[in-house]
Amino acid sequence: MYRVRLWSIRHARLMERLYDTFEGTLLRLDPLLRRIGYARLERPVATVERGVKGFLFDCRMCGQCVLSSTGMSCPMNCPKTLRNGPCGGVRPNGHCEVRPEMRCVWVEAWRGAALMNKGEAIMTVQGPVDHSLQGSSAWLRRIRELADARAAGRAGDDAAAVPGRSPAS
Amino acid sequence: MTPQGLYDPGDPLAPLPGYSSTGRLERVLRSGRFAVTAELNPPDSADPEDVFERARPLAEVCDAINATDASGANCHMSSIGICSLLSRAGYAAVLQVSCRDRNRIAIQGDLLGAAAMGVSNVLCLTGDGVGVGDQPGARPVFDFDCMSLLEAARGMRDDGRFLSGRQITKPPRFLLGAAANPFVPPYDARADRLAKKIAAGAEFVQTQYCYDLPLLERYMARVRDMGLHERCFILVGVGPLASARAAKWIRGNVPGIHIPDAVIRRLEGAENQKREGRRICVELIQQIRQIAGVSGVHVMAYRQEELVSEIILESGVLSGRQPVARRRGRRSEAMREKP
Repeated sequence: MYRVRLWSIRHARLMERLYDTFEGTLLRLDPLLRRIGYARLERPVATVERGVKGFLFDCRMCGQCVLSSTGMSCPMNCPKTLRNGPCGGVRPNGHCEVRPEMRCVWVEAWRGAALMNKGEAIMTVQGPVDHSLQGSSAWLRRIRELADARAAGRAGDDAAAVPGRSPAS
Repeated sequence: MTPQGLYDPGDPLAPLPGYSSTGRLERVLRSGRFAVTAELNPPDSADPEDVFERARPLAEVCDAINATDASGANCHMSSIGICSLLSRAGYAAVLQVSCRDRNRIAIQGDLLGAAAMGVSNVLCLTGDGVGVGDQPGARPVFDFDCMSLLEAARGMRDDGRFLSGRQITKPPRFLLGAAANPFVPPYDARADRLAKKIAAGAEFVQTQYCYDLPLLERYMARVRDMGLHERCFILVGVGPLASARAAKWIRGNVPGIHIPDAVIRRLEGAENQKREGRRICVELIQQIRQIAGVSGVHVMAYRQEELVSEIILESGVLSGRQPVARRRGRRSEAMREKP
């Protein structure tokens, strides 16, 4: 919902904190999630994710969430689906070029980012959307990636501690 | 290179170390001379002569010619077609690539094709929405945005790879550019966005029409604070307004163009509005030239192309130098001398 979406951006800092907590919790649950199987969890989690993020951010389930880098303003609501906005067509009142009744998603994004602790993430250049991930759970993907990276980091440390063994092996 | 100092005007220049392209626009920009680029309005025709007819007068006063890519979402001859024609005939062309109409597969292929035709400069744009154009029912693509397009183009050039990682046997050599619009909200984030474009690969930017000097100065002050003018050539967009009525129409109907009331009042108060519009444009160019960090101007004289050379010459920004948009080759003589 448009008004809830704007509210979420105005409270981007709170959202950021909630997200950090939520991410930490899920990450701790990774061993359990692995035992259940990420593939088996995909559908139920995606359904919940769609409901929660749909309500809070008008999420479109692109499957590769960048909310934390876009001031909690979902870029898929931009009619040009810009991942690195705003474009040069923003109206003088800060509204969208294509949909004049809507505030520019990216004007809001920069405003939200200014409120956040890690708001400078908006300066990261985002690559194009992978359309094959549409509809999948970005939460699960993120947790799995973080857990993998953590495991790889640990393996790397262990390997580095053993002389003559490269981390790649 | 043809023997005896004769050359094909479409040949690239000899590559120089540290240069991204083998084009002439980059040489002018890097030499520190105040550059002039101009926009060519693409014909609704399949006749190459229509392209050359429009390019000739522009080339007399500018260093490169931009061919728009269905600007305003209106269908015309393609930018890649125009730039290929121009490049082969010895003109320095800037290929405008909009993300609105083609996906990543088409665009990367077009970039290689354009490079093969001799195009040295690419301007990466997001593009206007389809709704403002003559075919509002078209499907908006926007697979890339201007920044992911810049990154992909840079990857093709510097890493010799497509976005997929697949290797390109002979990478294209482009000077990469982008658009900037300091004149619309969020004003404070516009310089940051330029920084982001530079991070994505932009080496020059051409801005939206400037009619508000204080706003440009504010933007440029921030650009200088961030040192961005040292990492990217900034060409400021200018163009003559035909009348107060036209100005009001543009302000109300063309996305992203900001025209202050004072400019419209000045036009309304003038006896000859068209001449006043031209006068305003000349004055703006002269004032823009004084701003530190600005590398040139980009003239967009939509439907008033005949005014471009007058405006540039009157503004004096070329300081008597010969612009480089057109290179006169001696191919015909070379051909004649062949046994």
